Amino acid sequence: MAQTILHKAETRGHASHGWLNSYHSFSFSSYYNPDRMNFGALRVLNDDTVDAGMGFGTHPHDNMEIISIPLEGDLEHKDSMNNVAVIKNGDIQAMSAGTGIYHSEYNKDRAHRVKFLQIWVYPDKKNVEPRYDQITLNLEDRHNKLQQILSPNPDDEGVWIHRNAWFHLGKFDKCVSAEYNLKAKGNGVYVFLLSGDVKINEQLLNTRDGFGIWDTDKFTITAETDAEFLLMEVPMKF
Amino acid sequence: MGKVEILVICRHEGILQTVVRLINNNPEWHATGVVTDDEALATFNREPFKLVLLGSGIEKESEDKLCAAFKIHSPEIIIVQHYGGGSGLLAAEIFEVLAR
Repeated sequence: MAQTILHKAETRGHASHGWLNSYHSFSFSSYYNPDRMNFGALRVLNDDTVDAGMGFGTHPHDNMEIISIPLEGDLEHKDSMNNVAVIKNGDIQAMSAGTGIYHSEYNKDRAHRVKFLQIWVYPDKKNVEPRYDQITLNLEDRHNKLQQILSPNPDDEGVWIHRNAWFHLGKFDKCVSAEYNLKAKGNGVYVFLLSGDVKINEQLLNTRDGFGIWDTDKFTITAETDAEFLLMEVPMKF
Repeated sequence: MGKVEILVICRHEGILQTVVRLINNNPEWHATGVVTDDEALATFNREPFKLVLLGSGIEKESEDKLCAAFKIHSPEIIIVQHYGGGSGLLAAEIFEVLAR
């Protein structure tokens, strides 16, 4: 029988740094909740808003698969591998921090804020060579269907990471429904609702709620209103 | 009560300095950072640590050797794998093991 966990939006950790407003689904930085450490290999889900002209200065990372999904505005990325890129709504960025990398992320726009999701997944091996990847997705490919945006396979759709994980985005009109079949035994799915209301099987979710489901091989997602959501399938034991 | 003494081992000097600085921002913790296995063993044998944090770049062979030596010298030592290299997970990783 499927096991589930519901994280209502208002129960997330919150940090306001003036220029940065961040909601943490799991313990992060100064937010520590021993009951909210991870969902399987999914360790961080930060829902960030960065003020115009502000950003994260150069800082290091290691041994983590870091995925950024812009929701609104443009974010400039620079790193110690000499990558300079702007990620915008419709793009997805994946970075394997491995043995160590420095990067910065800035909202260069002086007038508009940036909203983006920052997601960290534990890697399946430590000390890999750092790498960076970024692609632009076709927004139509998620309208009333599930669009794969991440997998463990370099030749598959979307970006890839060092972990047996698959991410999908969906933008469903009211009453549209889809079945999600898990890709790997032992995996679970963490659903994050970007907007609107959906039901996962019989569980109603509202905007910015998170919902984990595991010990099952499939579930149904039904839009109760027009809705956008992110599905993150990750190993539960790693 | 004294500070919690933490030995941080990390091959990447820049990340090591960052992790040590972040740990030392907590007035109840004190970090000592080392890069090499020899430094790690010498420092561990010289000072009483409660916790060892294993950072990036440590080869599996070194990790096994270091952990075995630490456990022989101090069976109660807590050894933690550090992920992320910065401020994101560090505090929670330490809180988690200290709460056990």
